[in-house]
Amino acid sequence: MPLSWYLVLAALLFCIGLYGVLARKNAVAILMGVELMLNAVNINLVAFWRYFTPDKIGGHAFAVIVFAVAAAEVAVGLALIISIYRRRKTVAADEINLMKW
Amino acid sequence: MPTETLIWLIPLPPLLAFFLILLFTRKNNALSHTVGVAAAAISWLLGMVVFFTAIGVEHLGEHPFRSAINWLPTGDTFFNIGVFIDPLNAAVLFFVAWTVLMIFIYSIGYHNFGAPKGEHDKPGLPPHGAEVHGHHVPSVEPLYARFFAFIALFAFGMFTLVVSDNLLTLFVGWEIMGLCSYLLIGFWYAKPSARNAAIKAFLTTRIGDVFMLLGIVALYSATGTLNFYDILRNEDILHTLATTPSGVFGLSAAGLIGLLLFIGTVGKSAQWPLHVWLPDAMEGPTPVSAMIHAATMVSAGVYMVLRMFPLISAGWHHGDPLNTTMTVMAFIGALTAIFAATIAVTQNDIKRVLAYSTISQLGFMIAALGIGAYVAAAFHLVTHAFFKALLFLGSGSVIHGMEHGVLHTGEHVDPQDMFNMGGLRKKMPITFWTFLIGGFALSGFPLITSGFWSKDEILADAFANGHLGVLITLSLAALLTAFYTMRQITLTFFGAPRTKAAEHASENKLVMTAPLMVLAVFAVIAGWVGIPEHFPVIGGLLPSWFHDFVGGTLLEHPHAPDFSTIPLGISLGVALGGLGLGYLVYRKAGTVDPLRKPLGPLYTLLQNKYYIDELYERIFVRPARVIAEKFSYWFLDRTVIDGALHWVARNSLDLGTFFRYGFENPVINGFGNWIAHMTAAIGRVLRKVQTGAVQQYMLVVALVAFGGLFYYLFTVLR
Repeated sequence: MPLSWYLVLAALLFCIGLYGVLARKNAVAILMGVELMLNAVNINLVAFWRYFTPDKIGGHAFAVIVFAVAAAEVAVGLALIISIYRRRKTVAADEINLMKW
Repeated sequence: MPTETLIWLIPLPPLLAFFLILLFTRKNNALSHTVGVAAAAISWLLGMVVFFTAIGVEHLGEHPFRSAINWLPTGDTFFNIGVFIDPLNAAVLFFVAWTVLMIFIYSIGYHNFGAPKGEHDKPGLPPHGAEVHGHHVPSVEPLYARFFAFIALFAFGMFTLVVSDNLLTLFVGWEIMGLCSYLLIGFWYAKPSARNAAIKAFLTTRIGDVFMLLGIVALYSATGTLNFYDILRNEDILHTLATTPSGVFGLSAAGLIGLLLFIGTVGKSAQWPLHVWLPDAMEGPTPVSAMIHAATMVSAGVYMVLRMFPLISAGWHHGDPLNTTMTVMAFIGALTAIFAATIAVTQNDIKRVLAYSTISQLGFMIAALGIGAYVAAAFHLVTHAFFKALLFLGSGSVIHGMEHGVLHTGEHVDPQDMFNMGGLRKKMPITFWTFLIGGFALSGFPLITSGFWSKDEILADAFANGHLGVLITLSLAALLTAFYTMRQITLTFFGAPRTKAAEHASENKLVMTAPLMVLAVFAVIAGWVGIPEHFPVIGGLLPSWFHDFVGGTLLEHPHAPDFSTIPLGISLGVALGGLGLGYLVYRKAGTVDPLRKPLGPLYTLLQNKYYIDELYERIFVRPARVIAEKFSYWFLDRTVIDGALHWVARNSLDLGTFFRYGFENPVINGFGNWIAHMTAAIGRVLRKVQTGAVQQYMLVVALVAFGGLFYYLFTVLR
């Protein structure tokens, strides 16, 4: 299989994730969109590793770091969402305009 | 301890006492005077040790005690200060140490130590007396401790001056004494007359000091040193100075420097025409008068010219015609001697007579020095210090006794006016006898008293070297001296009391009379060290030690004038004649001076001191006032300087106003405000963007990122 297939897959996945992040109301769903985008990146990393430097483990290493970051992001993100929910009884992103002037 | 170390230590105890008294003991009178007198006693002891070591040294003039340390850096060398004892200042040290100690002790009694405090006494005024069991008794001086502090500083100044080995530290001591005379003449500062006298003394002596400082500077620039030994015992330097023309009045450098230094002496030793401060200095307490007039300050002036005599007389040898500077000195000295003596004849204040007498006697010394009678001048300085200190302290004792009488009787009379006295001989025997001895010494009573020998030597020298003008003037002055001295003694001690106060005057305590007795001894025996060898009968019994000793100070040993009966006859005649005449005229004097009628307008002229003060008032003080007021104050200060300043101020204000309203407010502030307003306006517009919706922000970020990406792809990679 040519590399481009993987890249197209990753691009699709990224776009779906981006759409989810930008368009969904539910904060949890936005978080899920972010996860999709990160995974799209991971696919790229692994694909590039496999096709260009299979004798080294750079792609794996970066992918693992991205997992770690993703896990941390989910932990922090969910904690924030739960906290907001407790205070405002909602997780709809457009109702949470605390940062407005 | 080596003698040099002792010499260094001599001036220090009084300085220490000054600080101790002012800082710590001033609340306690007994402690304060103990500190003061102890300091004087230590200095006295050191002085005596040094003096007796010094007279045991062969050729002390050639091998004086010297010790010096580096002081001021002058480029790559140092200006040295140090101590120095040669025959001249050994002799001066002797009388200074004695008289200072006596004056300190006497002051305890004079300021009524142990007397109660007066209820109405105020600091700065003489004590008025206190009421004890319905009796008026003397009260203690309110500023008792301060007096001892000041007089200790005074003593420090004189000791510094005497042991100093160079003109600069001499000048330091000289100025310390100037300050102390100011402080002490104005000691009773609540009296306007005392205040004025203090200022007058300070300013008048300052005129001399300025010239003296010029002389010091000139000497330093000419020789590069101020050390006495290096200048005065160095024939090359003296010769160079004597042959270098100074360009002023045709004087040599030595002559000019000598003249400038001599003007310092004119101020300090109260010579005509700067004598005016000294009689007024009588406003101070009597021990101060004694201190100034006998022991220290005015002696310092004569000491200084004696010290610098080799410079003043550089190029002159015994028997030569006098050089210009010496002629000036002889003239001023002789003039002062006769001038002050005539005034003294008509003064009624017991201390004022002595003040003019001091001026007159200092004139004797200066005249003697002017005609080259170096040893005679030094001799008279020493003997005069003793008998004049005695006379001043004696007059203080008389005044004190009179004040006692005034307090006792409640009579309102001036206790210093001799015409209020009379008959004190029996009331105050010790004072009488010691005063008589001092007076006779001053008059030059033959053979016994010290004044006779020193005055005789001056006259003999003037005669031997043919200075007839000086001889005649000084003889007349000596006649007048004997006359006014006897006038003083007769008015004060003989006859019947003229006032009740005089009737009730009483002898003072031992603390006052003991110094009188000690000084009386010196007033007699101090002359015995200088009896000429060829004097009939008693000459040669005692070696003429003073001449050999002090003469050794000079490079060329001065030879004593040959004995002649003529000056001796004059000396005897004027002394005895003056004394006899004085007694005859005043023996039955009432409350009016018997001389007033026969002398007529001359008497008024003399009593008003030749109107010198009034003259100075006219030609110096008033023009100075006018210049100060009209020119300096009104024209220069108010019109020119203030005018210019006000003009500048007004214009600065106008300029400032212009800048503020014309430039700063519209331009700078306007610009600043405009930026602020613009920023605020932009902010108002831009804040609409900030919706708070995270997804919008994200969208913006995504668009920018994609925009950037596409831009990269289509432009950079193309």
